[in-house]
Amino acid sequence: MCINESQLVHPWWYNFKYLFVGILFGIILVKSELVSWFRMQEMFRFQTFHMYGTLGSAVAVGMLSVWLIKKFRIKTIYGEEIEIHPKKFNKGHIYGGLLFGFGWAMAGACPGPLFALIGTGATVIIVALLSAIAGTWVYGLLRDKLPH
Amino acid sequence: MNEFLNLLKQPWPWYVAGPLIGLIVPLLLIIGKKSFGISSSLRHICAACLPAKIPFFQYEWKKEAWNLFFVGGIFLGGILAATILASPEPIQVHPALQAELAQYGITQYDSQVPAQLFNWENLLTWKGFIMIVVGGFMIGFGTRYAGGCTSGHAIMGISTLQWPSLVATCCFMLGGIIMANYILPLILSL
Repeated sequence: MCINESQLVHPWWYNFKYLFVGILFGIILVKSELVSWFRMQEMFRFQTFHMYGTLGSAVAVGMLSVWLIKKFRIKTIYGEEIEIHPKKFNKGHIYGGLLFGFGWAMAGACPGPLFALIGTGATVIIVALLSAIAGTWVYGLLRDKLPH
Repeated sequence: MNEFLNLLKQPWPWYVAGPLIGLIVPLLLIIGKKSFGISSSLRHICAACLPAKIPFFQYEWKKEAWNLFFVGGIFLGGILAATILASPEPIQVHPALQAELAQYGITQYDSQVPAQLFNWENLLTWKGFIMIVVGGFMIGFGTRYAGGCTSGHAIMGISTLQWPSLVATCCFMLGGIIMANYILPLILSL
């Protein structure tokens, strides 16, 4: 159930590392216009290569990195073994995936860009973020009744 | 130094941005064995603020606090990108999309979102309400139902060769294509 696989317990301020990675990611998202509603519309209309190029090269670099980590058994900076847990398929990947696709094309953002967009001054996106949190909550409420 | 800053202020091409995003995958793994993903932060916020005895929100969210720091960083990154690294030019949009959007009165390209659609006044119109509130709700509901978003499935999942993530990513794209081409025009006409 839990996402965090590390067994180590650190003081809370160790989390500032992730704040800095987040800042880096936020800057990349905005500077590459991956947060732009216009770029999403262009992508879904097959008018530009930009989004496909970005996601494709990100996956290629990610894949190569994970392969290298596995091959050379690279450990974390705290000496922990890095292992990747396989995801189990369920029907939610299809139904939820389609629903997220609808929202993605409407609001023109995925969860990461919602946070970045608010930072760029598009304050009304706060409402979209709160609504996304509400959507997550309603999913939690209905989870047992939904097909998985 | 100034020249470098000017270069950074330009929109970044995909072959710079994409590989940098890809490098976040090993970076998070190596600095703390974390899987790249954003949408779980929404779940942690629910668990922290309004668990309401729902089993899905009964877990030790504090152990996942790193994810909340991460999205807090994304917000700060957005501020930095829009201030000290702000682009001098409006967003370049494909002429076909410009022509299409002009039919709905969207002609401004000076911010990342069309300011004529995404503003506080529009929130009280059907068009604005559907795109912002309903769209946001579908993002939150859909990503959790699918078990991840673009970063968790499309980047982290496919990078680690997980076929469920590939299925989810194809569904994200299919949903987006259906919405953008067949349903959104109806919403924009409201």
